[in-house]
Amino acid sequence: MIDWLSQPWPWWVTGPGIAMVMLLLLYFGKAFGISSTFRTTCAALGAGKSSSFFDFDWRMQIWNIVFALGALLGGVIAATLLADPEPIRIAPATAHALQDIGIESGPELLPAHIFSWSGLLSSSGLIFMVFGAFLVGFGARWAGGCTSGHGISGLSNLQWPSLLAILGFFTGGLIVTHILLPVIL
Amino acid sequence: MKYLRFALVGVLFGIILSKGEVISWYRLQEMFRFDSFHMYGVLGSAILLGIIIVALIKRGQWRSLDGESITLANKPRRVPQHLLGGLTFGMGWALTGACPGPMYILIGNGFSVAVVMLASAILGTFVYGRVQHLLPH
Repeated sequence: MIDWLSQPWPWWVTGPGIAMVMLLLLYFGKAFGISSTFRTTCAALGAGKSSSFFDFDWRMQIWNIVFALGALLGGVIAATLLADPEPIRIAPATAHALQDIGIESGPELLPAHIFSWSGLLSSSGLIFMVFGAFLVGFGARWAGGCTSGHGISGLSNLQWPSLLAILGFFTGGLIVTHILLPVIL
Repeated sequence: MKYLRFALVGVLFGIILSKGEVISWYRLQEMFRFDSFHMYGVLGSAILLGIIIVALIKRGQWRSLDGESITLANKPRRVPQHLLGGLTFGMGWALTGACPGPMYILIGNGFSVAVVMLASAILGTFVYGRVQHLLPH
């Protein structure tokens, strides 16, 4: 059982699993959307004093912070009890394309020379982690949701604004992957 | 204790995204390079099943655990906000290889440097709140 669970899970387990998470949250009377926790954190840290955008009763959103911290704990369980001893298998075409721009593939989930404390203050560490995450936080709130809020919750509810947002997500990703990455690396 | 259920669903979510390797920067690169079906299968099957679940909830007027009727909010019908905000988010998504959920989950997977990503994303949300009135919506 543990052996089977420790292998990487196929898409047809992972995708329906995400839909089940949405269903459970709906059953608990809540909406699935993680990026809201960033706004809640700002409000809890007192940002409501200087900006009306953060002036709301953030205590109503504590459940979502608990959910996010639960997800962090789920990551711990996945990396310990359910750890996969094999290095990550990456599509050969992607591995070659990344090698051409100086990124070696594997064995971990992320390119460790960029996504590490020692890589943080290099130019690529700053661009990939600090600047990239800033855009994630900024863009998610501008668009009114992220992959969970728009991609799963919004599309499941047949919201066309969510479809526009997904179109934007994907276009932005294509621009970075095919135009920006070869230039900045 | 009233929060325990959310912690447990969160644990489930963290395990699913970790074992499905949705938190991997490489998996997103495969997606944006059209080299693997994995991420399309994950997102596509989640959305397809989600559409069925929401339709059933609406048709059956399902109630939540607390006995309330389950309602799903409509997204505001504004074009520039969703396209431009989405574009900004997408660029960050491809750079970090992580949307908001995976930022938390990466920390749990031992990539402690993801706390910097999390802090920077929260800062991004804060700056958005301050300059929101200057942006098209």
